[in-house]
Amino acid sequence: MASEPTLTRAEEVAAFIARTPLAQELGMRCEVMGDEMTAIMPFQDKLIGNITIRAIHGGAIGAFLELTAQAQVFLAAGHLTRPPRPINLTIDYLRQAHAKDLYARATITKMGRRMCSVQAEAWQDERTKPVTTLLAHFMVSGD
Amino acid sequence: MSDDAAAAPEPWQIMRQNMEIITLGIPWGRRLGFRVTRVEKGRVWGTQPWKERLVGDPDTGVIHGGVLTGFLDNLCGTAAGSALSDARYVSTLDLRIDYMRPADPRRDILGEAECYHLTRNVCFTHAWAYHESRDRVIATAAGAFAINMPRPMNTMRPGNGE
Repeated sequence: MASEPTLTRAEEVAAFIARTPLAQELGMRCEVMGDEMTAIMPFQDKLIGNITIRAIHGGAIGAFLELTAQAQVFLAAGHLTRPPRPINLTIDYLRQAHAKDLYARATITKMGRRMCSVQAEAWQDERTKPVTTLLAHFMVSGD
Repeated sequence: MSDDAAAAPEPWQIMRQNMEIITLGIPWGRRLGFRVTRVEKGRVWGTQPWKERLVGDPDTGVIHGGVLTGFLDNLCGTAAGSALSDARYVSTLDLRIDYMRPADPRRDILGEAECYHLTRNVCFTHAWAYHESRDRVIATAAGAFAINMPRPMNTMRPGNGE
């Protein structure tokens, strides 16, 4: 084990977001409270998918949810050397995401030695009315 | 039926003639920088260029999976729209992505999508992302799209703000 100063898990999540170009491109950040985390993607014009109805692009929401799920894996697993690699994912688009901030939370359904299963959902006005949900599997060790 | 009906272009024909504007009304599509390169009825091809800002792992320079989500979502949606005989807006109901292998860093990704079934309300699509050919795919996608309100044909041509 390296004898570098150990980062807290919250710091690991922050470092993951800070060094991941796509997370920076989306403008997302994560607020960690103990073992809970909320990801925030402030609205920006470049995230729009349809200029007529000014809805956020499904692909941008999908990427935001995938990054939220990865950050949650960092928080749960701790000390990962590489970002968890996606195996597959399913995204359900439930409602239109309007031109305002988007929030997301992820839950680890199962953490295995090699793989883990994660659910995540994004919402805007009401937590109980998710805009988009994600179900994903990631590799957490080796490849 | 009549000659007039035969002469009226179908949505996919208008899309083929105006491929460069397909991503014009899609700011996030422009940010990803992908292009549609070929359109047939119910079938489209496109390119997603590698860009530094789209990287998911700075140690490897591999593009983030979320970029493929956006790219394949758009290709599937375009394939869905191109399969219809009257122009309609479509919206993603769900999208499933399987990652077969990581993309090579600093290399463009090619993609193709097809709409393989249509009902009155839903388009069912498949898509593939790869560097050379479908024999060695990076990711596959399956998406279902809701068929929504009619889309004015002029929104598929340049100069209409869309």
